Amino acid sequence: MSTRPRVGIFDFTGCEGCELNKLNFEDQLLDILAHVDIVEWREAMDGKAPVYDIAFVEGALSTPDCIKRIHDIRRRSKVLVALGTCAVTGGINAVKNTRPIEQVREEVYGEDKYLFPTLPALPLSSVVRVDHNVRGCPMTQREFVQVFTALVMGKQPVEPDQAVCVECKLRENECVYEKGMICLGPVTRAGCDAQCPSVGQYCTGCRGLVSAPNVAAMEEILVAHGLSKDEAWRRMQLYNANELEGVGR
Amino acid sequence: MSRNLDINVRHLTRVEGHGDIVVNMRDGVLEKAELDIVEAPRYFEALLKGRSFHEAAIITSRICGICSLGHQITSLKATEQALGLEVSEQTVLLRKLLIHGATLQSNVLHAYFLAAPDFLGKGSVFPLVASHPEVVTRALRMKRLANDSGDLVSGRAVHPITPVPGGFTRIPTAAELASLRTRLVEQMVPDFLATIETMKSLAGAIPDFSRPTEYISLRAADEYALYDGDICSTDTGCVPDTEYRRMTNEFVVAHSTSKHCRVNRSSYMVGALARWNNNHDKLCPTALEAAAELGLKPGCTNPYLNTIAQVVEAGHCALEAVAIIDRLLGDGLKAEAPNQEPTRFGTGVGATEVPRGILYHEYTYDRQGRIARANCIIPTGQNLANIDDDMKKLVPEVIAEPQEAITLKLEMLVRAYDPCISCSVHLLDVTFKGQES
Repeated sequence: MSTRPRVGIFDFTGCEGCELNKLNFEDQLLDILAHVDIVEWREAMDGKAPVYDIAFVEGALSTPDCIKRIHDIRRRSKVLVALGTCAVTGGINAVKNTRPIEQVREEVYGEDKYLFPTLPALPLSSVVRVDHNVRGCPMTQREFVQVFTALVMGKQPVEPDQAVCVECKLRENECVYEKGMICLGPVTRAGCDAQCPSVGQYCTGCRGLVSAPNVAAMEEILVAHGLSKDEAWRRMQLYNANELEGVGR
Repeated sequence: MSRNLDINVRHLTRVEGHGDIVVNMRDGVLEKAELDIVEAPRYFEALLKGRSFHEAAIITSRICGICSLGHQITSLKATEQALGLEVSEQTVLLRKLLIHGATLQSNVLHAYFLAAPDFLGKGSVFPLVASHPEVVTRALRMKRLANDSGDLVSGRAVHPITPVPGGFTRIPTAAELASLRTRLVEQMVPDFLATIETMKSLAGAIPDFSRPTEYISLRAADEYALYDGDICSTDTGCVPDTEYRRMTNEFVVAHSTSKHCRVNRSSYMVGALARWNNNHDKLCPTALEAAAELGLKPGCTNPYLNTIAQVVEAGHCALEAVAIIDRLLGDGLKAEAPNQEPTRFGTGVGATEVPRGILYHEYTYDRQGRIARANCIIPTGQNLANIDDDMKKLVPEVIAEPQEAITLKLEMLVRAYDPCISCSVHLLDVTFKGQES
C-alpha cells in the first residue's frame, strides 16, 4: 500500500485555467506524480476516491449544488487548498454580486431564469475552513509548486503579503504610472513577480488585496491619474468585489 | 429489439467543465439521449456591462482557461471594429502566431491526454506514464513548446497579458522569435511525425459511425482560416461574419445552462472536423500527408474523427507558425505602441476559429468607451444540439452491445467534440436589454 499523499483536484465556478496550468507543468508533472497519488481529478481522469490527504479546489461557490459539494469535499479532506483567485476571493465572478441578482439572472436567461438556480459568487473560505491559498488569475506554477512541495514535506507554506510594487521595484521596472497608465500594484498582494507590469501591462489586481490595503489612497491615486470615482471603483472591484465589500465608502 | 436502458453519467470526466450524459430507452423506444449541461452559470454580462474597452479582453479571457487566447483575440477584434482602431500588419502576424500556437497546444492536449486513454482502454493519461513513457514525454514536450510560444509572444499562455486593443504592450525580440523557430523545426516537426505514427496505431479503436451533418467554419481565400474569414456552411456556402446571428440562432433548452444553436438543419457541427471539411484544400502538404496516413477524407461525417482532424491541424499549425516567424523576421520587427485612440464608438463583431470551433464576440460601446451591449457565442454551445442528434442516432445502432460498451461509446463521442463546457456556459446570452447606447 502506497504511503504517498492522496491528492484530489476539484473545480467549481471558474474557467479551469488554474487546473489547466497543472496539465501545463510539462517540466514538473512527472516529478509531481512521483510524490503523490492523484486519486481524483475529473478534468484529467476517470474514477473517484473516498478520502484525500490534500484537496486542491479551484473556483468560486455560486450554486446550491456547489455548497453541498464543498462541504462533502471538506469532510473527506485532511488539508484543503484554495487554488486561484476565484477560490480565494470569489474572483472575477464576484462582480455580479455588485448588482441585484434578479436583474442579472433576467438579463442572461430572460423568462427562463428560474431554470437555473444561482447564489452570490463566494470564496471557499466563506463556507468551509481553508488551510492554504494559492492566489492569482491564473495561479502561477511557481507558487503551486512551492505550496505543493511544502505540504508534501510536512511544512507550512508561507503566503506573501507585500504589495506587487515591491516585486516590481526589485525587477527595476519603470513605474507604470510614469508611462501615463494606471495600476493596482500598490494594493495588490505580491507573489507573481510583477508579471504584468514587467511586460508593459498594468496590474489589474488579480491576486486580491494585501491584508491592510489603503483603499481610499488607491482611489485617490486613480482619480488623480484621470479616472472618475466610479471608474476607479470598478477597476478595483474587478477581482476584489467581495474583499472590498464594506471597505471604503 | 425490445430493451430498457438507463445511462446517467454524472460529471463526465476528461472534458473541460461539468456535463452529464443521460440516455433512457423503454421497450426499445428511445425516450431521451442528451448531454445535460450542469455547469454553474457565471453571468458575464454583469462583469462586462459598463466596463472600459481596456478591460473587455481581460474579462472575456477569464471565460475559459483552455480557450483564453481565443477569447482574447476575438474580443480585441470586436472592440477594434467597434472603436475604429486600425492595427498593423505586424500585430496581425503576431496574433496569427499566437492562434496557431494555442490551437497546436489545445489539439495536442486533447488528442494525447483526454482522448487517447479511451483508445488504450485506460481511465486517464497517468497509467500511460508507466506503460508508454516515450509517448507521454513527447506529448508534454509538444505542449511545452506550444505554451512557450504563447508565453513568449503574449506574456503568459493562460490568460495572456500583452495583447491589448490596438496591438501589443510588448513585442518579442528577433532573437527570441528565431530561437522559437529553431525549436519548432528541430523538435516540433519530428514530434508531429511521431504523433502520426502513434495515432495510426490507436485509430483502430475509433468507432465506425457516421451521420450526415452541416459543418460550419470560417473560410479565407488565401489561407487555412483561423484568424479571420467568412462564415462557411457545407450546406449553403459563405456569408460575411457580420451575419453571425443568422448563422447561429441561439435558443434555450431546459436540460442545459448553455444555449443551443441551429441553422439549416436541427443542428450543426463546428471545430477541427468542420474546418477540415470546409478548408482541407488550404492545408500545408505535411498536414495533407498526415490526413492521408490517418485515413481522414474530405466530406467526413464521423464525429469521432474530430480528434484525428485535430492531429492533422496540429501539424499545419506548427509549420504555419514557422512561416509566420519567417515573415516577421523578414519584414523586420518594429517597436510599435498599441493604437488606442478610438475614431468612433459603435458596434463591432469578431469571429475567430478557436480550437473547438468558430467563436463570436459582438460589443456595442457608449460614447465613454464603455460596454453597453455584448453578445458572445461559444463553439461548444453551437455543438451541443449536434451531440444530442449524434447520440440519438448512435444509441439504436449499438443497442445490442452491453450497457458498459454503450456508455463508453457515448462518452467517447462527447469527448471527441473536445467540449469546453465552462466556455459554453460562461457567456450565454450576454445581451443587456433596454440599455441605451
